[in-house]
Amino acid sequence: MSDTPMTAPSLAPTSAALTKQARRGMPVAARLAVAAALAAASVAAFLLLFIEGSFDFAFERRLTVFGTMVVVAFAQAVATVVFQTITHNRLLTPSIMGFDAVYILMQTLLVSVFGGRVLAATDGLPKLITQTLLMVAFTMLLFGWLFSGRRGSLHVLLLVGVVLGLAFRSLSDFLQRLLSPAEYDVLSTRLFGRLSTAEPEYLPLAGGVCLVVGAVIWWRRYRLDTLLLGQETATNLGITHKRELTVLLLLVSVLIAMSTALAGPMTFFGFLTAMLAYQFAGTHRHLIVLPMAFLIGLITLTGGQFVMEHVFYASGMLTVVIEFLGGAIFLAHLLRKGSL
Amino acid sequence: MIEFTDIRKSYGQDTVLGPVSGQIPAGGVTSLVGPNGAGKSTLLTIIGRLTEPTSGRVTVDGLDVHRAKSQEVARTLSVLRQENHFTARVTVRELVAFGRFPHSRGRLTPACVAKIDEALEFLHLGDLQHRHLDQLSGGQRQRAYVAMVVAQDTQYVLLDEPLNNLDMKHSVRMMGQLRRAADELGKTVVLIVHDINFAATYSDRIVALREGQIAASGTVDAMMRAEVLTEVFDTPVQIHEVDGNRTAVYFR
Repeated sequence: MSDTPMTAPSLAPTSAALTKQARRGMPVAARLAVAAALAAASVAAFLLLFIEGSFDFAFERRLTVFGTMVVVAFAQAVATVVFQTITHNRLLTPSIMGFDAVYILMQTLLVSVFGGRVLAATDGLPKLITQTLLMVAFTMLLFGWLFSGRRGSLHVLLLVGVVLGLAFRSLSDFLQRLLSPAEYDVLSTRLFGRLSTAEPEYLPLAGGVCLVVGAVIWWRRYRLDTLLLGQETATNLGITHKRELTVLLLLVSVLIAMSTALAGPMTFFGFLTAMLAYQFAGTHRHLIVLPMAFLIGLITLTGGQFVMEHVFYASGMLTVVIEFLGGAIFLAHLLRKGSL
Repeated sequence: MIEFTDIRKSYGQDTVLGPVSGQIPAGGVTSLVGPNGAGKSTLLTIIGRLTEPTSGRVTVDGLDVHRAKSQEVARTLSVLRQENHFTARVTVRELVAFGRFPHSRGRLTPACVAKIDEALEFLHLGDLQHRHLDQLSGGQRQRAYVAMVVAQDTQYVLLDEPLNNLDMKHSVRMMGQLRRAADELGKTVVLIVHDINFAATYSDRIVALREGQIAASGTVDAMMRAEVLTEVFDTPVQIHEVDGNRTAVYFR
């Protein structure tokens, strides 16, 4: 039973693949180190450069913004990578489950019922926690579909999420039309991601949640790899697929809900970090991709803020720029790929 | 030994399998044959706990596959479907390394690396190990999947149509390698084969299904008879001796 090497035509892709590998060359650990160095540089630049006046005052303010950036970069990047793994789709972001829509509806309802001043008046830890829990509760409701009945599948879950998200968005649109321009103006500042207005007192809680959820996901990093092989192969390898899916979806929803409650909705930031992470990591292993996505998220936020403030002297909202860039890259990626 | 008791699978009102009961002894190669829609894949995936039965119980060496810890089952039996779509772009070696997951939970030990090398060697994949799966031909890819379950190193190996899409040469090789897995590595191989003559040449036992029931089962000699096969496949089948092997002829 000798298995001779394959004949000439099938040899061609091998050599092509080999040269490609040689060209890409850099080992994954080195790639991670480069990303870490870049992240450290952009964090240092953001925190320390171009301080005018009192160092202590500016540094403390920047530290708060930086803390929010760490939480948002971590939550969005990690949640998106995990979500793409469990849905087997590198184009999805968790916001497809309707987090943004729920968040926007909550803000709109608050303003519609209690008037524009309520947003600032009710800000605080209790509101942050309540909003996070409401969004998690909403996704738990969606999971009901996943596990009820014969037709329950991940795709049904996503579809229901999309449809409900659309319904919530329409309802929000309708309510927003009824608002006075002044109240709408107050509301609209809450409808985009905002990093610079977060309160320092939120950060210990948000950071703690990130640490706990991150630890649980890190513990599952090899299991996540097997999920890439599909439900049946993962089951063959000893994964209890349904339980794994539930746990991971819950963790994803906690991360995204918290990030949204803290810094507003962001649709394409997660997609951007996950896509770049896969590009730079050059591997599918979560051991590499997860930290890589976090580092790229951090570089995008701190580096982006630094460049916006000190190169373009722009005081606009960084998140709007990132969402625009992320959306553009999403479209370009979609057009190049030609399909979902 | 694989034992299944009163296995039934229904979708709504339609019962596609059973209730069937039976045993597959440890060791050797057992082929599941039967016409399309007979319930072969359903039975195989229920034994491999990829499909929940509507009712019934499956034990493999006394382990209830649908109740026991999935990880424990994964060290006893491996199961491979005919179609595999992966999100990740993995190399042959990475795929085969996944076979060690039930033993190492992802952290490969030196013993794991040795098993991976053995599995690659066993299926003659040494030269192809750093190629990505999407750069392989259908036959090479099929071998890579089988190498993964060989690396998983379970007593029981269940394969759903491993000859699907393989040409004559690769089919013969694949069956030869499965036969070697049974003879040299002491595995129990259970597979679904469409070609009754492949089943007859390489297996020890044949289980024939028809309309969700076990129509007949037994040794190759007992099964390779014109009246048995004509009944199972609902097609006139003649048996000819070719070089001492019973061969089914059913083309007209």
